[in-house]
Amino acid sequence: MKALFSLAWKSLLNRRGSVLLTLFAVALSVALFLGVDKARTGAREGFGHTISGTDLIIGAPTGSVNLLLYSVFRMGNATAEVSWPTYEKIAARDDIAWTVPISLGDSHRGFRVLGTNHSYFEHYQYGRGQSLRFAKGEEFSDLFDAVIGADVARELGYDVGTPLVLSHGLGKADFGAGHENRPFRVVGVLAPTGTPVDRSVIVSLEAITAIHVGWETGAKNPLADTITEDMIRSFNLTPKSVTAVYAGLARKGTILRTRREINTNKGEPLMAIIPGEALAELWSVTAMAERALLAVSIFVIAVGVVSILTSILTSLNERRREMSILRAVGARPGHIFGLLTLEAGLIGFFGALLGIVIVHGLIAIAGPIVMQRYGISLGGTGPGLTDLITLAAVTGASLLAGAIPAWAAFRRSLADGLSVRL
Amino acid sequence: MAPETPGPDAIRVEGLRFAWPDHPPVLDIERFNVARGEKLFLRGPSGSGKSTLLGLIAGVLTPQAGTIEVLGRNMADLSAAARDRVRADHLGVIFQMFNLVPYLSVTGNVTLPLHFSPARRKAVGPHADAEARRLLGRLGLTDEKLLDRRVSDLSVGQQQRVAAARALIGGPEIVIADEPTSALDADARDRFIELLSEEAGRTGAALLFVSHDASLARLFDRAVDLSEINKAGVTA
Repeated sequence: MKALFSLAWKSLLNRRGSVLLTLFAVALSVALFLGVDKARTGAREGFGHTISGTDLIIGAPTGSVNLLLYSVFRMGNATAEVSWPTYEKIAARDDIAWTVPISLGDSHRGFRVLGTNHSYFEHYQYGRGQSLRFAKGEEFSDLFDAVIGADVARELGYDVGTPLVLSHGLGKADFGAGHENRPFRVVGVLAPTGTPVDRSVIVSLEAITAIHVGWETGAKNPLADTITEDMIRSFNLTPKSVTAVYAGLARKGTILRTRREINTNKGEPLMAIIPGEALAELWSVTAMAERALLAVSIFVIAVGVVSILTSILTSLNERRREMSILRAVGARPGHIFGLLTLEAGLIGFFGALLGIVIVHGLIAIAGPIVMQRYGISLGGTGPGLTDLITLAAVTGASLLAGAIPAWAAFRRSLADGLSVRL
Repeated sequence: MAPETPGPDAIRVEGLRFAWPDHPPVLDIERFNVARGEKLFLRGPSGSGKSTLLGLIAGVLTPQAGTIEVLGRNMADLSAAARDRVRADHLGVIFQMFNLVPYLSVTGNVTLPLHFSPARRKAVGPHADAEARRLLGRLGLTDEKLLDRRVSDLSVGQQQRVAAARALIGGPEIVIADEPTSALDADARDRFIELLSEEAGRTGAALLFVSHDASLARLFDRAVDLSEINKAGVTA
């Protein structure tokens, strides 16, 4: 066996050109498969870790996935809001211990602005029950104070004291349609969380109201700029509505009843969702696409393995002589069979290994970028069980594929006799 | 003539008949033998069934009828695995050309049979590479630099000597050579046969040397013409 191994190894080295090409084909196919898988699990873990400790999310009636996406992941937009009096009624319920009102819709240079109040820093939790932590500075206290997420600080080079201007809507560029006349000041920078919070600018609910003075029609009133900061401060800045509400229950046991009562609220129609449930619904939607992607990448691996088979099969003719030499010096047909399957297995093994290295290299390089763009953390997916199983499966499949040319050579070595008539 | 040696012949063929599937018989040999330690020249034109006979003796082919005894064992009665074992342990084979495995070093080629024969491995002992070098040296390949070259870079004559060293390593009782000198010029040819005979004599191996070139017969103990013993007499 050791002798066969060394023979197979030397034979592969001897044909390293074509062997390397085949090996790369396998490596790339394995990298694709593992990449898809890691993006999938990374997305799931990332999404799952974004909100924790919140029992219910309440908003205007919409799809539960939609409500979850815009209220937690800052994806998409709310179609309707929850009025302030209704919010106050929810907050006052006996079965609800705490609430966090949030207001969305503005942005700062591509980063979303979240209007909320002190309770956000107290009750919002991510990961396994971690609370937000300040890397620098503190919560907002003044009307025009802003707290920024770690990515905002890093990408824009902001620090405590930096002034910033919010823009209306979610456009990346701050065209004229901005809130230039209401400049904010950074008072706090949050520590990285690996959630969309890192990409948020957090201000008070009153600030959201304040910057929209003069915007009541949805577009900027030409007179808006004539309203001074002092005038604004004198207004009643209690918001008219909020986008959504995070809520924590007083007692966990009441969750279904509380949800039903909110959903059947008389007066303003409302919708309450359980984050985990909505997430599960989201996964059931994406599962089809995931499965299709995985199926495609498995087929690509199959193509890689078939290319091993092809490369060995095409080398057989020129190696006929070699086989009869091996037979002449005492190799049994089984040795010939073993030699060729071993070669296939070695290509498969090292191809898969290279694929794993490529994937983890790419994750190391591209992981931070993916994190920034999509909020999906690939970092937590170091070499693991999936990689090992893939390595074993690809090696096994290659050994099986190698059995085909090996069988051909086996049959031929029986028929050829001692010397090949070339 | 054949030297007196105890025990069964190295090779003894009786009533042998062989045909490739769907072809007329190639071989029909009543009697043919090689004594132990004997250096026998088997002459036959190309296509006369020489290589087929060697394949039968080496146990890679099986006859339709007759006995082929190698060191007293009838190859026709043995299983394929047992025939492979006999070949690995007791036979050294030299082909006409392209004898060497291209991806192995010179010494790697010489020691190749040892991987498949525990008996020959044991006979050589732990220093297989040293034994390979010794044999190569005896066959006139003393240049150490030569041993580091790729086997495909060696001249045909050098390649044949490497093949001879491989056939001899571990002291098999029989060495079969199938036209090993046909690609060599006259001087190199005679020298090769001399060295091969000498080394075979040293280990006591019987040498069955096959060639179409009758002029070589003078270098051997005994010469046999295949066409005289083969009644099939058909071109294959």
